Amino acid sequence: MDLSAINPVLLVASLMVAATPILLAAIGELVVEKAGVLNLGVEGMMITGAICGFAVAVETGSPLMGFVGAAAGGAGLSLLFVALTQYALANQVASGLSLTLFGLGLSALIGQRYVGERPPPAQRLDLPVLSDLPVVGRILFSHDLMVYVGLALVVAVWAMLKFTRAGLILRAVGENHEAAHALGYKVRRIRILAILFGGACAGMGGAYISLLRVPQWVDGMTAGTGWIALALVVFASWKPGRVLLGAYLFGGVTVLQLNLQAAGLAIPVEYLSMSPYLITILVLVIMSSHRSGAPASLGRTFHASQ
Amino acid sequence: MSQSLLSIRGLTKAYPGVVANDDVSFEIGKGEVHALLGENGAGKSTLVKMIYGLVKPDAGEMVLDGRSYVPAEPSMARQLGVAMVFQHFSLFDALNVAENIALGMENPPRPRDLAGRIREVSELYGLPLDPFRTVGDLSAGERQRVEIVRCLLQDPKLLIMDEPTSVLTPQEVEILFRTLMKLRDEGTAILYISHKLEEIRALCDGATILRLGKKVGTCVPKETTARAMAEMMVGSELHTPSREAKAPGAVRLALKGLSVKSPGEFGTSLKGISLEVRAGEVLGLAGVAGNGQDELLGALSGEILSAPAMVEFDGTPVGGMGPMARRRLGLLTGPEERLGHAAAPDMSLTENALLTGAERRGLMSNGFLKWGKARSFAEEVIARFDVRTPGPEVAARALSGGNLQKFVIGREVMQNPQVLVVNQPTWGVDAAAAATIRQAILDLAAGGTAVIVISQDLDELMEISDRFAALNEGRLSDIRPAQGLTVDEIGLMMGGSHGMEVAHV
Repeated sequence: MDLSAINPVLLVASLMVAATPILLAAIGELVVEKAGVLNLGVEGMMITGAICGFAVAVETGSPLMGFVGAAAGGAGLSLLFVALTQYALANQVASGLSLTLFGLGLSALIGQRYVGERPPPAQRLDLPVLSDLPVVGRILFSHDLMVYVGLALVVAVWAMLKFTRAGLILRAVGENHEAAHALGYKVRRIRILAILFGGACAGMGGAYISLLRVPQWVDGMTAGTGWIALALVVFASWKPGRVLLGAYLFGGVTVLQLNLQAAGLAIPVEYLSMSPYLITILVLVIMSSHRSGAPASLGRTFHASQ
Repeated sequence: MSQSLLSIRGLTKAYPGVVANDDVSFEIGKGEVHALLGENGAGKSTLVKMIYGLVKPDAGEMVLDGRSYVPAEPSMARQLGVAMVFQHFSLFDALNVAENIALGMENPPRPRDLAGRIREVSELYGLPLDPFRTVGDLSAGERQRVEIVRCLLQDPKLLIMDEPTSVLTPQEVEILFRTLMKLRDEGTAILYISHKLEEIRALCDGATILRLGKKVGTCVPKETTARAMAEMMVGSELHTPSREAKAPGAVRLALKGLSVKSPGEFGTSLKGISLEVRAGEVLGLAGVAGNGQDELLGALSGEILSAPAMVEFDGTPVGGMGPMARRRLGLLTGPEERLGHAAAPDMSLTENALLTGAERRGLMSNGFLKWGKARSFAEEVIARFDVRTPGPEVAARALSGGNLQKFVIGREVMQNPQVLVVNQPTWGVDAAAAATIRQAILDLAAGGTAVIVISQDLDELMEISDRFAALNEGRLSDIRPAQGLTVDEIGLMMGGSHGMEVAHV
């Protein structure tokens, strides 16, 4: 085994890349759940975003347009969830699960034409002085734009929930939808907006995989990332900062175990592959053990009496 | 008082199958405290929801301050000076006081200024509040303060209060009344809904009485007796529960230093509760909501297990037994929450009757259900307790609160309990139905059952209890004979005024 082959600077830089899809999906789902809606369709919205983004990027030749398309695709699929849970008042768990299954099928259908295609390459940030700094430059200033978008979203969501009236109303709706309704807030409208936001974020997370991480289109390529994002939100106690921490932890262990595999560590590969899931969840469970902090109306159907 | 603030003309609202309000008209003057009276389902809540813009009337008009008033939504009502304190608090447990108040305001000031204003207003009216405490940790009285302060911060012209005193100690009620009097003197009109007629006599200048959605009369409460008002609400003569005095028998149920931790995050743990109930006796337990009532009921029903010796039934330790084992012995319980705790909402009345009655009524043999017997048991309960329902196949959810309450209490009463524990047996039930339930409890005691009634309705407890005690923060006060207790003494047993003070101005 040769540990010297592992370059710590590259390791940190690539963990940020590995964490970005989960981070995007999880921060979207956090907003959805804060509004009191449990959307288990994250995986389906991610894979739909992945293929929509891929298709748009290939057709237009612009990765940026690809991400816009991915957000639209994810949000579009979440509209189905909106129709089921907010209008037909269907059970959220069942609707979310079927959304995932539907998304997987739909993406495979759209993706038939794109197997084997290559997406246009995305540009990395290249700041004249900063990116050339040793260590820091490589870690902080030479990623693609979406890494920064993900980080900015986390900060924006945190600030929105903590400091703005919109955030307060969103939390109130998730906490007690009957009381929010009695005070005259539009519970359904607020939830729909949150679900669409969650869909758009999940879609961009998916596209990050198909456009930048892999980059090509493979059926079912999100491979359970959406489920990890869901778990992350719960174990992060619905706190944006902890979602970031969890996502980077997950990304870090993923990258590290890949490096260890390459270095020829004498542990069966399967154990290494499962380690990111295990370690991330273990750490977050320990952190969130004292108080859950779940929105009190989470997953409950709201029916306004006239 | 001479000038009219809000006048309501011919308001009508119909729901499929029921007319909630039928051509209701009345007026509220500036600085008037006006009571709205009526049984459950008389249409009081619908009426105030229309005034607050939550429900749109089908017909009729409202005039506020001389201008036509058509509130499209609550925020518009608030802008025009109408504020409301809700029956079931419209508060958010996980948010703090300041955030809760900001949510109820149209244009809340910046958080820092808001905290200052909350302190200012709450102290001015003798309702001290810490803006940064989490609402879930507050007592019921404090939670209500949050609601009231939320309204006061908007300088309302009309304040609607839907059953504000049902969760307060007598001392807290008195302080609330002084706050309301002060508001009235400043010219604020108050529309006051309550079941407590003595309170209305003390506080209100005028009253409108609703029955089945129609206005049936008006009165000046100070010049009318509580009984006369109750009879106007019911539309017939009121039956007062009666009982014969009887010497109590042997001790059936004894709690010995019962201490259990609350399973809920915002619950109250029980701390060293000791009491005895004898055959043929009714023990009344008062207390403001959230002082350990649910936990006590859970510890008695077997939902919360304790050390075996802490709960003794006929001298046998049962603290470690589950609910079924206790039912078999004859220790039956009726929890407060009808839908979801006492009854499964989507199951039929027959199925609900089976759920608790299977054991003692022999509705089961070798694991198979006897549907015929279960159905006739449900029909018996329906007939004896006058439960208004098309039949026992109807889902529990479809019954009105009062009717379902009659059913779930009746279901326990008709299983021949040795010890019966009920929590809030007549909560949200109208006067006639409440009288039926109370009479059934008294009859049961007369037949030799030991009964514990946990309730927040002091009048009810005074009416039916032999002995009386109060729960306060999970502890039990001294147990005293109910006869001759004064309201002040009871209030002190319940924990006094929980730090409230009289308005400073």
